[in-house]
Amino acid sequence: MPSADRPALEAVGLERAYGSVRAISGVDLTLGAGEVLMVLGPNGAGKTTLLRVLAGLLRPSAGEVRIAGQLLRASEPESRRPIGFLSHHSLLYDDLTLLENLTFAARLYGLAQPEQKAREALAAFGLAARLRDQPRDLSRGLEQRAAIARALIHDPAVLLLDEPFTGLDTNSAELLRTLLRERCLGGRAVVLVTHHPSEAWDLATRVGVLRAGQWALRENRAASLEQFVTRYQELARA
Amino acid sequence: MNPDPDRAQALIRRGWRITLVSLLAVATVMVLALRFTPTEIRQGLAQKIFYIHAPSAWCAFLAVGLTGMASILYLWLGDQHFDRFAAASAEVGTVFCAVVLTTGPIWGKPIWGAWWTWDARLSLTLFLFFLLLGYHVLRSAIRVPTERARLSAVVGIMAMVLVPFIHLSVYLFRGLHPTPIVLKPSAPSLDPEMLRTLLFSFAAFTLLYVGLVTLTYGIRLAQDAGERSHA
Amino acid sequence: MLEPLRLALAIAAKDLRAEMRSRTSFLSAAMFAALLLVVFNFARDPTAVATIDLAPGILWVTVAFAAVVAMNRGFAVERENHAFDGLLLAPVSREVLFLGKYLANLTFVLLVETIALPLFVLFFNVDLSHALPGLLVTLLLATAGLVSVGTLFSAIVVRTRFAELMLPVLLLPFMVPPLVFAVQVTMRLLTNRALSEVAGGLRLLVLYDVAFITVSLLLFSAVVDE
Repeated sequence: MPSADRPALEAVGLERAYGSVRAISGVDLTLGAGEVLMVLGPNGAGKTTLLRVLAGLLRPSAGEVRIAGQLLRASEPESRRPIGFLSHHSLLYDDLTLLENLTFAARLYGLAQPEQKAREALAAFGLAARLRDQPRDLSRGLEQRAAIARALIHDPAVLLLDEPFTGLDTNSAELLRTLLRERCLGGRAVVLVTHHPSEAWDLATRVGVLRAGQWALRENRAASLEQFVTRYQELARA
Repeated sequence: MNPDPDRAQALIRRGWRITLVSLLAVATVMVLALRFTPTEIRQGLAQKIFYIHAPSAWCAFLAVGLTGMASILYLWLGDQHFDRFAAASAEVGTVFCAVVLTTGPIWGKPIWGAWWTWDARLSLTLFLFFLLLGYHVLRSAIRVPTERARLSAVVGIMAMVLVPFIHLSVYLFRGLHPTPIVLKPSAPSLDPEMLRTLLFSFAAFTLLYVGLVTLTYGIRLAQDAGERSHA
Repeated sequence: MLEPLRLALAIAAKDLRAEMRSRTSFLSAAMFAALLLVVFNFARDPTAVATIDLAPGILWVTVAFAAVVAMNRGFAVERENHAFDGLLLAPVSREVLFLGKYLANLTFVLLVETIALPLFVLFFNVDLSHALPGLLVTLLLATAGLVSVGTLFSAIVVRTRFAELMLPVLLLPFMVPPLVFAVQVTMRLLTNRALSEVAGGLRLLVLYDVAFITVSLLLFSAVVDE
């Protein structure tokens, strides 16, 4: 049973191997509601693997993930309910309209009155006028908003974001940051994987750096971005 | 569990030993069959190939069955050894299928007048051959070892479930294959000397299967160990 | 108890709605079936072999190949935008996912068959007056089994490089038993044999369906859970 006094998201000893290669090993994590953990690291450090294990999309070779004390398991569909996932892919069907896509998502999550929920979700993200459009008719920025609406439609307690700023120009990135800060992150436990600290600096409350599948650094987000960047670059070089 | 190169070498050596012994046994069977076993009245000398044909077909079936079992064990326990065994067994099974598919026509031509006939047992072996080929093709198309093991295990299990159905569908067609003389409900009606040679042949070929699988498994283990040390 | 079924139907409905929008797969499969029937007609000598002897085989080969073409789309549509992740993230069991995909594929292949069957009757001048109910039952049973294996295998091959080639290579051996049983039954139906002679073949089809729908259902999570 989900429990109020357990951390919103915790992971112990996570390991994921592909054959003899260990993408992540010995990774621990504890996150409370309202905390935003920004995960950085060079390419191949295991950031996406970690996120997909936390989302239940990959089975860990060792270790476990718990959401409010409830064990996350592939064979236990209900354990996936509190998870929201946003990657740089939209997870939308190009042949369906936005309304149909979100209605389907609402049905998958067993929400009452799925079509109504879909309309509300799309309206909340400024897409009320585009209900009958298909994802391929939208600009990248709008498509991403639709993807966010989909990810949040069931009001997940845990939100996982995989490099959401990839491929966005400065303006769109700024818009996304505002959107995330104002509408998305509040009250949830958030893990945000990103390429450069500046992308999500003011959103994060904690920072972690992965290197070769293990934590190289874990701390509360400091005040100064510049100082952190210097340390981060040294870490990346080492 | 990390692939151990020494164990691999030991398995390869043992595999060679068993294979060589079994090949000797098979050679003995040939001699027995040609010189010391009575010739069947209706089919003549060509019938002697039955002593290779039937046991090879049995080994092909054994191979598919064991690949299927190993696949189940792999999915259940996750141990890479089972995947390696499944792949080795499938490889050896393909060889035995090829043996049947070449000896069948050699036997068939003098008796039935055609190189290929769609008789029940040949057709069955042909399908096993395609199944095993499909298994190999799939394995070669997937690079990630864990994914390859998992997906080919699924196909391996499906193949094992299919075999009885192919059996049923092939026997629905009345085939040219000599009706079973050994596995009949009543006592085997083969001449006792022929029966003895046949049983000996089955034993020899089964031993050959064991030897080849041990050898193949050892080679694969050595390959995995070699890759690991380069990783 | 009903909820899993409703979810499966929602997934199947989503698949069918998406397919109706573009219609490419449906048209390809239907056209393919029509073409096969035409080619078969020109590839035989009507004076040498009676139509009635060849007809069942032609029908079922056409059904088999059209089914493979139709099932290729099944998981390909989930690759765009990584939509399949959306299905895997949801609190829906893998068995329900399989059921949804299976129902969509089944509907789809049956629709293609409703185009192939009239064409078959037309091109080969077959008299279905007595045989139609039995033939429809056989079509349903054989398709039910083929589609279960096809759904599982298309989930497997979608990750490989030559998925469209790989599917038939893996699938065809599995299609032989239902084809053989179905041809036997069809032959007897078309020659107006008694129902008792047909029962054996139908029983075998049911056996195949039960075996493979069960095993495919059970193995699906091994395929999609990494």
